[in-house]
Amino acid sequence: MTATLTPPSIPSLAVELRGLVCTFGTVKSGTVKSGTVKFGTVNAVDHVDLEIRAGEFYSLLGPSGSGKTTCLRLIGGFERPTAGQIRLFGQDVTGQPPYARDVNTVFQDYALFPHMSVLDNVAYALTVRGVDKATRNKRAGELLELVKLSAFASRRPAQLSGGQRQRVALARALVNTPKLLLLDEPLGALDLKLREAMQTELRSIQQSLGITFIYVTHDQGEVLSMSDRVAVFRDGRIEQEGTPQDLYEYPRTAFVADFVGGANVLPGALVGRVGGRFALRPERVEVSADGPGLNASITSVHYLGAQTRLELDANGVSIHALIASSRKFTPGQTVNLRWDAADLRPLED
Amino acid sequence: MAAPFLPKPSLQKPAAHGPLLYRRPVLALLLLLVPPLLWLGVLYLGSLLGLLVYSLYSIDDFTGQVGNVLTLDTLKSLFTAPSNVDVIVRTVLMALIVTLACAVIAFPVAYFVAFHTRGPRKALWVLLITLPLWASYLVRVYAWRLILAQEGVISWVTAKLHLSWLLDEVLRLPVLGGPSLSSSYLGMFLVFVYVWLPFMILPIQAALERVPRSLIQASADLGARPAQTFRRVILPLAVPGVAAGSVFTFSLTLGDYIIPGVVGAPGFFIGQMVYTQQGTAGNLPLAAAFSLVPIVIVGVYLALARKAGAFDAL
Amino acid sequence: MRSERSSWGLRVAAYLGVAFLHIPLLLIILYAFTSEDRTYTFPPPGLTLKWFGVAFARQDMWAALWLSVRVATVATLIALALGAMVAAAMARARFRGKDSISLLITLPIALPGIVTGIALLSSIKRAGLEPGLATIVIGHATFCIVTVYNNVVARLRRLSPSQLEASQDLGARPFQTFRYVLLPHLATALLAGGLLAFALSFDEVIVTTFTAGAEQTLPIWLFGELFKPRQRPVTNVVAILVMLVTLLPILLSQRLTQGHEEMDGAGKST
Repeated sequence: MTATLTPPSIPSLAVELRGLVCTFGTVKSGTVKSGTVKFGTVNAVDHVDLEIRAGEFYSLLGPSGSGKTTCLRLIGGFERPTAGQIRLFGQDVTGQPPYARDVNTVFQDYALFPHMSVLDNVAYALTVRGVDKATRNKRAGELLELVKLSAFASRRPAQLSGGQRQRVALARALVNTPKLLLLDEPLGALDLKLREAMQTELRSIQQSLGITFIYVTHDQGEVLSMSDRVAVFRDGRIEQEGTPQDLYEYPRTAFVADFVGGANVLPGALVGRVGGRFALRPERVEVSADGPGLNASITSVHYLGAQTRLELDANGVSIHALIASSRKFTPGQTVNLRWDAADLRPLED
Repeated sequence: MAAPFLPKPSLQKPAAHGPLLYRRPVLALLLLLVPPLLWLGVLYLGSLLGLLVYSLYSIDDFTGQVGNVLTLDTLKSLFTAPSNVDVIVRTVLMALIVTLACAVIAFPVAYFVAFHTRGPRKALWVLLITLPLWASYLVRVYAWRLILAQEGVISWVTAKLHLSWLLDEVLRLPVLGGPSLSSSYLGMFLVFVYVWLPFMILPIQAALERVPRSLIQASADLGARPAQTFRRVILPLAVPGVAAGSVFTFSLTLGDYIIPGVVGAPGFFIGQMVYTQQGTAGNLPLAAAFSLVPIVIVGVYLALARKAGAFDAL
Repeated sequence: MRSERSSWGLRVAAYLGVAFLHIPLLLIILYAFTSEDRTYTFPPPGLTLKWFGVAFARQDMWAALWLSVRVATVATLIALALGAMVAAAMARARFRGKDSISLLITLPIALPGIVTGIALLSSIKRAGLEPGLATIVIGHATFCIVTVYNNVVARLRRLSPSQLEASQDLGARPFQTFRYVLLPHLATALLAGGLLAFALSFDEVIVTTFTAGAEQTLPIWLFGELFKPRQRPVTNVVAILVMLVTLLPILLSQRLTQGHEEMDGAGKST
């Protein structure tokens, strides 16, 4: 019985998804773009394999309808997989309902209970576990302090601003210290300034509590600044996975190159290679009025503040470039484009 | 593209542990549906089907006993026996005329409430229209006995206005008239219209409320005069409301047997036929056959009304 | 709207329409006080309060009232349970046959009452049941389901599904989610639907004549009174009573369903 001597090992994997498929019922024609379509059904999540380590801030990124939210809802237990397996911290939870999973969720619409006070909302997870009133109110109070809303404990959700509701939802989901927190576009309804503040706050809460976060968003800027690792979803599958740097510097497909940060996807022939396609970030394109390089004409100029975005046409291929706004170009002007060959990233087809 | 080293499992069924109702949401749905469907499907629908069967039973002309021999004769007699045909035609005509009258009276009220009231005033109007609906059907029918009686309100009002001669003229009309208003088709018609009117006003009002105000502005903007806007924009959009209301007025008139009994001329209506045949006459097969008439007519009417979009306006 | 001012014709038609709806009811009240008890002479020759005393002394009236209250209560409870169940199943799920089910729920009020009545009567006869409280309740509950269903399904559709998910997510078992989240959300809709069902049952006469046998609910009692030549104002007194018993729940349920226009529980501050 050597097992008794070793300390209980903390599983290093928070989430394991194996061959996960989630099929929704018949989809009317016209709503399916390019998902796997069989007999009038569509796989919202199509054979996804994924491993998320304990303590990670992991993001699921993709356009709407790419399967990222369904994937999150499968982990939370709100959807049932058609096939495949979900393991959380080494335990198979595939057939377990949400209340049996040690996972909490911050919903996109916050889902605060309108008939309960803020304090009762936050204490809910403790109430349903039969924790006595004094203990749960004390604990809920601590969480409200964490999100700086102690003064609002007795209010109703309807009396709070969007940002405050968002923080209540966060406090409510953290009150019973789950091992895993799911966040479904939690900042989507907030304005830009609040969103940026909350990004920092979320990241620091995650690091101080050491909880695994899975974060769903379609906002690639958000993802790059917050995540340890990212999975890019497309049509129910994971297109590419890696650190933000990996994704930005080494996109493997045209979709990832374009979706994460925006990139020019250029045919090999244009850039002096044989065949294939290559990604080139717009800020790596050097534009000069004269000198050697690829000949192109400026179709439009968009002033963005510190930088200016140029839309160019080179032999019928449209290219865009980001340049310092101190440099002046006008539409119709003919220019030369250059880049470092190392900045061309070959793409899979 | 995650973790290529993972073996890709073939389409395996998800694990078989965990609560059954969670893993089989369809089961939860079934559990919810079974009791109400048993009630409505067995008790109610079963009874309706049983009624259909009853209409096929034969009845012994001499003993009046319901026999077990199935026959189509009872159903056939609905269309062959002149007295039965009379009843059906009389009822359907009354239902049509009542429906038409309700629509004509209801439209201006609905229009006024939809377009010329707002806020609490609108709520008050809607309440005023709804309240009579709930003030006991029987009581409202009874009220008309007071009004139509020979010594009642209408006689008094016409006398005060020196119009008694007009009332007498009206009562002398063939078919419509009778010895007094309370025993004439005219009186019955008034009561029907009165009792079902709110059922017509409310759907029309609901349909008109949904006419986007911008549409009316757009029409005016494009140079339509108010009358043109009304005819080309508002009226067509009110059609589903009228259709929905008419489902009620038509169906309710078809099946009513109280009003023709309390107020009205001697001729029988479908409802009365059903009532007396099952009761005093003891001819349940004929009663059942007669009750199928409104089912069929209402069924056809519902299908037509559905085409007119009535159910979006309910 | 081209203008807030309405034409005279429209205004007069609307006021006349509403007057048409209400004058008969006012007359009912007036005739409860008339001193003439055999005819409907207008205007009443004199006014008296004695009919209230006469009506309240009628034992058969009280018996009918008591039966009506019991029937309406039991029918409402059954309709609440069945209506809420079918609403829960129908609110969001999509499945084949859903349209047929909603048709089935509406049918008892879409078809003339006499059809429901005779259909149930034929079943009662076939089953060899004795008409009475139970058979009246069966008929009433059948057409009351739809009022509960309509109220509850509308409220459920306004419930953001994430509310129930959030509750489960935070560890609430199905019964706890029902107790803490679903029931508070539905409470007023259930109450409103129940009150409507009660009023509907309390007032029903057509189906009841078939299913009641020899029993008398208050409307049946009233129906019998209509044809009696004496003490006619007693009918009016009871009519006022019936109106009060049906109108109060209606007004209450209207209040309960107001102020639920927005999607409840969705926290987006847009």
